[in-house]
Amino acid sequence: MIIDTTEVQTINSFPTSESLKEVYGLIWIFVPILTLIIGITIGVLVIVWLEREISAAIQQRIGPEYAGPFGILQALADGTKLLFKEDLLPSRGDARLFSIGPSIVVISILLSYLVIPFGYRLVLADLSIGVSLWIAISSIAPIGLLMSGYGSNNKYSFSGGLRAVAQSISYEIPLTLCVLSISLLSNSSSTVDIVEAQSKYGFLGWNLWRQPIGFIVFIVSSLAECERLPFDLPEAEEELVAGYQTEYSGIRFGLFYLASYLNLLVSSLFVTVLYLGGWNFSIPYISVPELFGIKKIAGVFGMTIGIFITLAKAYLFLFISITTRWTLPRMRMDQLLNLGWKFLLPISLGNLLLTTSSQLVSL
Amino acid sequence: MFLLHEYDIFWAFLIISSVIPILAFAISGVLAPVSEGPEKLSSYESGIEPMGDAWLQFRIRYYMFALVFVVFDVETVFLYPWAMSFDVLGVSVFIEALIFVLIPIVGSVYAWRKGALEWS
Repeated sequence: MIIDTTEVQTINSFPTSESLKEVYGLIWIFVPILTLIIGITIGVLVIVWLEREISAAIQQRIGPEYAGPFGILQALADGTKLLFKEDLLPSRGDARLFSIGPSIVVISILLSYLVIPFGYRLVLADLSIGVSLWIAISSIAPIGLLMSGYGSNNKYSFSGGLRAVAQSISYEIPLTLCVLSISLLSNSSSTVDIVEAQSKYGFLGWNLWRQPIGFIVFIVSSLAECERLPFDLPEAEEELVAGYQTEYSGIRFGLFYLASYLNLLVSSLFVTVLYLGGWNFSIPYISVPELFGIKKIAGVFGMTIGIFITLAKAYLFLFISITTRWTLPRMRMDQLLNLGWKFLLPISLGNLLLTTSSQLVSL
Repeated sequence: MFLLHEYDIFWAFLIISSVIPILAFAISGVLAPVSEGPEKLSSYESGIEPMGDAWLQFRIRYYMFALVFVVFDVETVFLYPWAMSFDVLGVSVFIEALIFVLIPIVGSVYAWRKGALEWS
């Protein structure tokens, strides 16, 4: 009888404990993701504010100043306004393509944050294919742009969508080849391994010094991928009104706006990870734990320092791209494609072969 | 089905990020006002009546660039596994990879000479 009751008890308790475990497992999967998404959102709001303030400073204006202290809440106010705006579907357009387009763009760019390490072990998923996953996923975004351009049934939108796709695919290849040279140097595609490979000798160990050509090609290509000036041809306002965004209003336009800044943030984070040594403190002969008299860098302190250093490097790159926007004039379409296919592609191929040869010598 | 537990978090992230646009559309659908009219819903064409559809033939140049892109993209994807195990494979595989890179280079030189990379 005793055996019987224990068996019954185990049978009864088994499913509850299993389901509890599953619930805990799910929570432990979802909590870091939601934290990351909240962090990204705050990061994007800060970029929008920075862009406005820096643009204003460059053009000798004042910039946002009424919404909150120094106009910090301006971006939040803009986003909220877009939620309250009427959401128009052009009557002759294709409603499904029109709504799916911006969604695909946002989702594909958001997914790239999966492999970005913000600190040691502070990465959502340390996949062995890391950077290739980023490249693969980020090339889904042009499909969304083409869908929205086509679905609008507007000549400006259609031209803009086609241009966006042509530009993205042209600059995809130099970008991929640069990343390929980096992963060849560190013998791994995992973003964490790439940062670890740069951790010695402080800033002297950065991939920036080993890959100067690749760094410049990567920066130019990532600016083109983000459709920032001097490469903002898909939305050149003098020629195409607003490109593929012409028919968009309300929150659908908001999604495009969000996606462009998400893309900028992810590119600058990848510049940090691939070329600027990621979360490492980067001053040779001084390490953070020695500086603060702590033997082991552990727990919350180490994480905070890691996140802070990563973001500081990323925002430095963002500052450069924002100032570029107000410094250089826009290119023509043929110049853009010539730069991509006839200049950056041969250079990045040569860079790859150079890297391989130097690795071969050191083998 | 073939499943990798390493990618569980990827699927979770995909689900959560797909919820974001849906949520945005839902909130906007509740909050945003609706006042539609034939003029408002017509396509924008600098203030005049739209002339015909936009779904028509477009430049073949885009197609040419896409073709060249596919060639190079597939090439780089094939190069990734080689780069991962470069230190193991050594010189002989490097020469093979060099030959592999040379083939698309010859192709792209051909495309360049034929004018596939010209915009105008």
